[in-house]
Amino acid sequence: MPLLEVTDLRTWFHTRNGVYRAVDGVSFSVEKGETLGIVGESGSGKSVTCYSLLGLVPQPPGRIESGTAMFDGVDLLHCTPAQARGIRGKRIAMIFQDPMTSLNPYLRISEQLIEPLIIHEKISKKDALAKGLAMLEAVGINDAPKRLHQYPHESSGGMRQRVMIAMALITRPELLIADEPTTALDVTVQAQILELIKKLQQQFGMAVIFITHDLGVVSGLCDRVQVMYAGRIVETGDTRTLFAAPRHPYTRALQRSIPSMQPKGVELYTIPGMPPDLSKPTGGCAFVARCEAATDVCRATDPRLASLTPTHATACLRVQNNEL
Amino acid sequence: MPSPILQLQDVKTHFPVESGFLFKKHAGTVKAVDGVTLDVMPGEVLGLVGESGCGKSTLARTIMQLLPATSGTVVLEGKNLTSGSAAEILAVRRDLQMVFQDPFASLNPRMTVYATLAEPLLVHGVCQPSEAKERVAKLLETVGLAPRYMQKYPHEFSGGQRQRIAIARALALSPKIIVADEPVSALDVSIQAQILNLLSQLCRKMNLTLIFIAHDLSVVKHISDRIAVMYLGKIVELGPAADVIERPRHPYTRALVSAIPSPNPEIERQRQRIMLPGDPPSPLNPPAGCAFHPRCPYAKEICSASVPPLVAAGPNREAACVRLGEI
Ligand SMILES: Nc1ncnc2c1ncn2[C@@H]1O[C@H](COP(=O)(O)OP(=O)(O)OP(=O)(O)O)[C@@H](O)[C@H]1O
Ligand SMILES: Nc1ncnc2c1ncn2[C@@H]1O[C@H](COP(=O)(O)OP(=O)(O)OP(=O)(O)O)[C@@H](O)[C@H]1O
Ligand code: SF4
Ligand SMILES: [Mg+2]
Ligand SMILES: [Mg+2]
Repeated sequence: MPLLEVTDLRTWFHTRNGVYRAVDGVSFSVEKGETLGIVGESGSGKSVTCYSLLGLVPQPPGRIESGTAMFDGVDLLHCTPAQARGIRGKRIAMIFQDPMTSLNPYLRISEQLIEPLIIHEKISKKDALAKGLAMLEAVGINDAPKRLHQYPHESSGGMRQRVMIAMALITRPELLIADEPTTALDVTVQAQILELIKKLQQQFGMAVIFITHDLGVVSGLCDRVQVMYAGRIVETGDTRTLFAAPRHPYTRALQRSIPSMQPKGVELYTIPGMPPDLSKPTGGCAFVARCEAATDVCRATDPRLASLTPTHATACLRVQNNEL
Repeated sequence: MPSPILQLQDVKTHFPVESGFLFKKHAGTVKAVDGVTLDVMPGEVLGLVGESGCGKSTLARTIMQLLPATSGTVVLEGKNLTSGSAAEILAVRRDLQMVFQDPFASLNPRMTVYATLAEPLLVHGVCQPSEAKERVAKLLETVGLAPRYMQKYPHEFSGGQRQRIAIARALALSPKIIVADEPVSALDVSIQAQILNLLSQLCRKMNLTLIFIAHDLSVVKHISDRIAVMYLGKIVELGPAADVIERPRHPYTRALVSAIPSPNPEIERQRQRIMLPGDPPSPLNPPAGCAFHPRCPYAKEICSASVPPLVAAGPNREAACVRLGEI
């Protein structure tokens, strides 16, 4: 049984200008201890997918229209507040791109770090502080005893990101959701943080959902990848297969537009047009207007994610018909 | 060999830092750019890379004469901009144009595309008001936008389209050099590809000189003829783009290159990464000697003794490391 199983998740935003189908029928699962990468361009629904699981979607305007998200027998989308409290922030933790969204600038690091322990594990402040100190050391903060008593702004960006990771991991969650945690960091610091996440994951045996738009980050870190486009998963597979032999026209187009995957100086492939308006679903494939391989069938039929092999699935009608 | 179009000679741009609320005290100096010497050749694309805070934007603004150099000279086609009179600088300013990272912030939201692009043409008397419309239409076509967009406002465009408008504005006065400061950093990969193609095309067709700043090494490698790597206000390595990335000489460049995650899982899983400890240090108190020595895996005592100059490191290559011969 997977650790997390999401089925047919739809999260729509009801705004004055229309209903935006930010996440529109997403199904996926995460096994114990595995790392799943979610990639896709801005606005494709990566964050909203994960926010939906943790009750972080502002409602209104957001609304979960359908779906279930089973985590150890509990449906995260329909559970009682008490059940949610026992899971969110304890067994499932999340880290963000900007550490300051999770760190309170007015509280010392020590207070923030031990808060989840005091809430969830009901241990004494002294024991909690000892655990906090050990955690800061585990995330590679050298002068941990000193840091513990500082305020977040006294640290650099990389250090704050480490503190946030320490905070997320202090309850030893079974699932860590990381939403672009290294996007704002310098590459040398990003390399440190990615290494740290890998190490802690092995040490604690936790599963990770890693959201990013950087295909490079995914390739070294993730066991499996899913590619999102316009609120859907268009392709998913084990990392090696998906990078070596992508099948969906969107994934292939993305690869051809990245400089590091092309010989130096060649003209890069550019995807024509723009992402579709999420408030105006067309009934066909969401990529149809920009796809080089599109046919009339693509305009008329909404493609479903279907397996090509046990570890590889795409939502392209022409691939499914063996035409691509 | 043609002579350089732009020559930087020991350029320093320092910022005084003051502390105290009522009685300001001089608390130190941020040496954002600290001794950059560089020749840029006509028609070349020079990539400038380095991590946040290393002084890329400050150097760009110093070249553009938007910031005064603390010392050193900036010479454009033989004219010394750092000692020129205001009138002289104004006269050459149109030869130097800049494109910024955030196309939204750099375009006036209350001006139509037409007004944005016609303004420099009319102010500099490049054309008669009666010809402006035609010129603007041409500019839009050059950057791949339909002339019918002329009456629209910036908010009606996507990020990539806005960046095209910003590029069109930079091209309006037919500059000799464009300095692009992270022009694709805020864009999605598929849009980034469009802007990179456009910039390469323009450089080739118009024989433009481009100084291209980015922190994404693969993007810089793709578009540049040469790459200059900066660390804490100084250029530490310079050479042909592919050479520098594939065979980096300076220990910092090596670490930087090895830190870029590759989108090829086979390569990614086998590679040995050089892990640098800590963050880049503050330019307020740069370490003595080679500023990289506290993080450098090759550092020896000699590295903190004096600042290593940029010296020859192979054909067309330069690097600033005292241990170059041994590593
Ligand atoms: N509070 C909100 N109100 C209305 N629309 C929203 C809201 N939050 C998100 N959306 C919309 O939902 C869609 C998906 O957004 P999401 O943040 O999940 O994208 P993403 O893939 O994480 O993108 P990015 O890479 O930019 O973080 C977007 O079109 C966005 O505009
Ligand atoms: N006006 C200013 N006053 C004081 N310090 C400044 C000023 N402008 C820049 N600095 C400092 O100078 C250093 C170099 O900044 P600069 O913006 O040139 O870096 P950068 O390489 O462009 O970084 P990034 O990649 O983040 O854009 C930084 O430490 C910055 O804080
Ligand atoms: S279903 Fe059709 S339009 Fe959609 S990706 Fe496949 S070929 Fe292209
Ligand atoms: Mg997001
Ligand atoms: Mg900058």
